[in-house]
Amino acid sequence: MLNRLSNFLYRRPRVLLALLILPPLIWFVVVYLGALAAMLLNSFYSLNGFTGQVVHQFTLNTYAKLLQPTNLQIFWRTTTMAISVTLACILIAFPLSYYMARFAPPRLKTFMYLAVTLPLWSSYVVRVYSWQLLLAQEGVVSWLFHLIHIDGLLDAYLQLPVVGGTSLSVSSTGIFLVFVYIWLPYMILPIQTALERVPKSLVEASGDLGAKPAQTFWNVILPLALPGVVAGSIFTFSLTLGDFIVPSLFGNSSFFIGKAVLTYQGTSGNIPLAAAFTMGPIVIMIVYLLIARKLGAFDAL
Amino acid sequence: MTDAAIRFENVTRHFADVKAVDGVTLEIRDAEFFSMLGPSGSGKTTCLRMIAGFDRPSAGHIYLYGQDVSDLPPYERPVNTVFQDYALFPHMNVEENIAYGLMIKKVAKADRVKRAQEMLELVRLPGYGPRRPTQLSGGQRQRVALARALINHPRVLLLDEPLGALDLKLRQQMQVELKNIQKQVGITFVFVTHDQEEALTMSDRIGVFSGGKVEQVGSPAEVYEHPATPFVAGFVGTSNLIEGEMARRITGSPSRFSIRPEKIHIVERNAPIDESSFGADGRVRDVIYLGLYTRYLVELDGGGDLVVVEQNLKSTSMDVLRAKGRQVRLKWLKEHVRYVGARDAEPPV
Repeated sequence: MLNRLSNFLYRRPRVLLALLILPPLIWFVVVYLGALAAMLLNSFYSLNGFTGQVVHQFTLNTYAKLLQPTNLQIFWRTTTMAISVTLACILIAFPLSYYMARFAPPRLKTFMYLAVTLPLWSSYVVRVYSWQLLLAQEGVVSWLFHLIHIDGLLDAYLQLPVVGGTSLSVSSTGIFLVFVYIWLPYMILPIQTALERVPKSLVEASGDLGAKPAQTFWNVILPLALPGVVAGSIFTFSLTLGDFIVPSLFGNSSFFIGKAVLTYQGTSGNIPLAAAFTMGPIVIMIVYLLIARKLGAFDAL
Repeated sequence: MTDAAIRFENVTRHFADVKAVDGVTLEIRDAEFFSMLGPSGSGKTTCLRMIAGFDRPSAGHIYLYGQDVSDLPPYERPVNTVFQDYALFPHMNVEENIAYGLMIKKVAKADRVKRAQEMLELVRLPGYGPRRPTQLSGGQRQRVALARALINHPRVLLLDEPLGALDLKLRQQMQVELKNIQKQVGITFVFVTHDQEEALTMSDRIGVFSGGKVEQVGSPAEVYEHPATPFVAGFVGTSNLIEGEMARRITGSPSRFSIRPEKIHIVERNAPIDESSFGADGRVRDVIYLGLYTRYLVELDGGGDLVVVEQNLKSTSMDVLRAKGRQVRLKWLKEHVRYVGARDAEPPV
């Protein structure tokens, strides 16, 4: 019986393929695309301010509300934060990944892999909370600054507009530091993988053809690592755009997109506005990917 | 010595505690086609990489046209390389790949395009400029790699087993073509290979490498007909190496000698051996019919095997296969015997 089934499937590889792909495909279409469609649909409904009921009627009112200055400010704040976090992650991750891919001896590489992924094994919330201890007014960081007698430097920094605050933990710098810390592994791994796939002979060929190390970096290594950088930045960028825990625990109480969605949906039941808010990051990501493609990030794929 | 293109002076290269190259002294002449021939791990590729500048000698010096380049980075050497895996840039098209060296030198775009076109003509790939390397066959990639290296007008072109990945027909075709291109551009080619036939076909001179040392340097005919060491005798072409008691019984002296399989003739058991020849009796143990010729493995009566090759000028496969098991006499001219020195290096099996 089993034999006959095997033979049947062997003769009809398309049937086998269909059987294999169908379950995950259904899951994907229903759960992922379905949820996205439901959200898109909801963003075109509106909330009756008087009854608190969602009005199931097509309207652009919710989007009009979304484009109010306070909400645009939230988008702007979140996006600049996501961009800064992404850039910082790239700057830290690239040299590290380059070392891992090119120079680290096998055992050290394994150790570094472990060290990079180890934080992902423990709870995200615990790790975020522990940063409170580091960044608080009487926390480890200010203690360290005090220890080496440069607390004046920290104070002066906290006086600055935008990035400053009464302490590091309530400044946007605090949010920035925690974001960079928690998303860094998501940047290191794809860049490292991309660099790993650049054959050493390409680097040698570039040098052989007269390129100095810096020219080789710009003309060969970076373009070939770009898909990895883009993949990593999709992670850091979208994770930052959507996160609500870090902005709740750090910084002054100004809204970020994730926090806004949480408030509108959870607290005030305004699902249409929350849905419309979520469309923001999606649009931003699409624009980002289009730019990346224009820059040739996917040429070598 | 001033006209030497490349000079190795007592060059040694260690990797950890392994001596990849061990005291090599070598001279490559200007405008010659020089092959570095040897089995893998013999140090030939490391020598090539030291000329290119990818590796630096642990000791000794390398001179390029009289200039000591031992510590010069690759991008400051008038040398270009064709890599074993071609190393074409996957994010650039063929034309951009070829013009890469010019782009680095900031040559104007129009000039770059024009010269890349000329190179494509030279390697017989006109019109392939806009293609991606992935859209090319192995042989085409090979030509692009060649064009990319030659466009910079290097004084020396290094080729690291560039034909290894090609099929036999294409390889033979490229051998002829490479040789023609070398004559056309008139620069020094240094060609690394483990294929002795390839080296014999193309080279003006061959350096035979083994265990990090140079065993012999000479023209193809010299290396083939007068192998300086047992290793060279065994590695370049097939060779029968006879020594000790067996050698004494055949030649009257125990000194080691080599005899090429194609120089040996199979005759009847009772055929006379005249003054000018040596002879030995044996039994045909194996016959391998190879179309153009037949290879016989003959077990000598006193022990030991000899490989004999005979062209199938008149015989058919039926004829030659019947020889298996037959008692035969082997004879060869004394002048074809090479007495090879008592160097310890053994030929690879």
